[in-house]
Amino acid sequence: MTLFEAIILTIITASTPLLIAAIGELVVERSGVLNLGVEGMMVIGAAAGIAAAIATGSSTLGVLVAVLAGMALSLVFAALVLGLAANQVAAGLALAILGLGLSGVIGAPFVGVQRAGIGKIEVPLLSDIPFIGSVLFHQDPFVYASIALVVAVWWFLTKSRAGLVLRAVGENHAAAHALGYPVRRIRLLAILFGGGCAGLAGAYMSLVLTPFWSSGMTAGRGWIALAIVVFASWLPFRAMVGAYLFGALTILQLHAQSAGVPLPSQFLAALPYLITILVLVLIMRARRGGAAGPASLGVPFVPDR
Amino acid sequence: MRLVMEKRTETPISLMLISPLIAVALTMISAAIMFALLGKDPGAALYTYFLDPLSDSWGLQEVAVKATPLVLIAVGLAACYRAKVWNIGAEGQFLFGAMAGGYIAIITHGSTQGPWLLLVMLLVGAMAGAAFALIPAILRTRFGANEILTSLMLVYVAELLLDFLVRGPWRDPAGFNMPNSVVFEPEATLPLLMAGGRLNIGTPIMIALVLGFMLLMGRTLKGFEIRLVGEAPRAARFAGFSEARLIITVFMISGALAGLAGVLEAAGTIKQLQPGLSPGYGFTAIIVAFLGRLNPIGCLFAGIFIAITFIGGENAQIMLRLPLDATRVLQGLLLFFVLACDSLLLYRFRLIRGAAA
Repeated sequence: MTLFEAIILTIITASTPLLIAAIGELVVERSGVLNLGVEGMMVIGAAAGIAAAIATGSSTLGVLVAVLAGMALSLVFAALVLGLAANQVAAGLALAILGLGLSGVIGAPFVGVQRAGIGKIEVPLLSDIPFIGSVLFHQDPFVYASIALVVAVWWFLTKSRAGLVLRAVGENHAAAHALGYPVRRIRLLAILFGGGCAGLAGAYMSLVLTPFWSSGMTAGRGWIALAIVVFASWLPFRAMVGAYLFGALTILQLHAQSAGVPLPSQFLAALPYLITILVLVLIMRARRGGAAGPASLGVPFVPDR
Repeated sequence: MRLVMEKRTETPISLMLISPLIAVALTMISAAIMFALLGKDPGAALYTYFLDPLSDSWGLQEVAVKATPLVLIAVGLAACYRAKVWNIGAEGQFLFGAMAGGYIAIITHGSTQGPWLLLVMLLVGAMAGAAFALIPAILRTRFGANEILTSLMLVYVAELLLDFLVRGPWRDPAGFNMPNSVVFEPEATLPLLMAGGRLNIGTPIMIALVLGFMLLMGRTLKGFEIRLVGEAPRAARFAGFSEARLIITVFMISGALAGLAGVLEAAGTIKQLQPGLSPGYGFTAIIVAFLGRLNPIGCLFAGIFIAITFIGGENAQIMLRLPLDATRVLQGLLLFFVLACDSLLLYRFRLIRGAAA
């Protein structure tokens, strides 16, 4: 394996949690709900995932528990913003804070416990192709799942009737309600999907990427996932491009550090955050006057009878 | 039978006062359940968390010391959130203010200056916080970039900058390679209010600012503008209030207060710069702002309450071996319950008998 191959491989693994979390949030936002608590759901997924995996000795169960934990936390959010029509920004922040705290409590007994990561799956024959084979067809199951997820979400949003209804709810919930669509039920399902995705992304971080638990290990990736959704203009395939760009940045930054670039390591570590800001600015400049996300995004909905 | 929400035309004052108290009560009940699940005696844990910090002079002083930065930041954030401007990067503005104010203390270290030094430090800290908050504000008004994300990203940048400074150029040469700056000279630290304790003049400064902000929000045109833009943006536009100018104003106000809180913390409580300068004050202040109903006086009481949980959490960690993150859980739950109770203010819930329409 060449160094270049190795770099590409690490970029893919670093991008995958961003992609999974972003694609979940994309669906949530398309339904008109802004859930800022991705970071909280992700970190609870990471903690619950590794706790369950260590307790049961099964990575599969760990992943399952992580997804359920993400969904459980998103359910709390849903109760607040759908049931009580609370402010979505504030509720999302509450979710982020609560998730970080809960994950610390859950993960406390597991600090420093090492376990083997989840192995890679080799696609027979295809993985023998030079370069492409080792990069694309010799990955862990999450990578394949994340790509399948992007395609599925793209198909759902653009080709299926249910996806059309979901987008209608996000664009104009009053009109969708008048047509008889159950706005809150649709949004509930979208929020649960987003929570499950964030939990899965968290499980990837604690079970594959760094197979141990440390408090606050998601280090702002949930927030970057939110930025990716904006960057992607709420389109699934662009979210994939965005996630891989951000993943590449984090990895290249690490390589620059080890290659002895004459810059303090903290400056390089700050780069992904600074570039997120830069990208947000550039994308908004490029989109002046154009569509800026689903029209009902973040607006509470109260049905009138 | 089904539950229907109706928008209230007006909210009774009594309900506005009671709702944060209900939220606190619900948080305590959840806390008791969580303590029981963690295998601790809920009664003893609740006592350690919420009452023990108030039982002696030392504890009371510590509560005031912790409440000072929380309330200062929260008052600024409340102004932002009133105008529906979402500054969630106060933690970064806090650190930036501490760094700028601390810089003055570091360059004057070893020389004798007058009492003006402290004043300069506080001013520089506040200005630096405002300047740091100006970045997301301008990115929002000039380019329309989402201020939630940009202000949050800058928190990580500020944390890394502080880490770089105290490990690099600002490290104490006589500090055995520890990542911290020199210990500030006595004249660059805040005078104590009483011997034996850590209560310093930061707390009265905070209280004076809370009162000032109460007047600003309630009695001035600027305060009216802030409230109007948040509650009725269309009406505010017709009244000729510029949204862009307001975003810049509230960001700078909250940045200045967070920066001031930062330099007060560095010069008062810690007396040097170090990476762990803030136990997340900037984020916890978000909870304080909401618990205080986005009102300066409310923030004062809310800040005191949250400060109690901070001290109580530290005590509980030592005495009951409860994880420190349990405090974070409580604070997150509290924000949830506050938001849930707020819905009771905006809507009336009614059970309607009969089949769903």
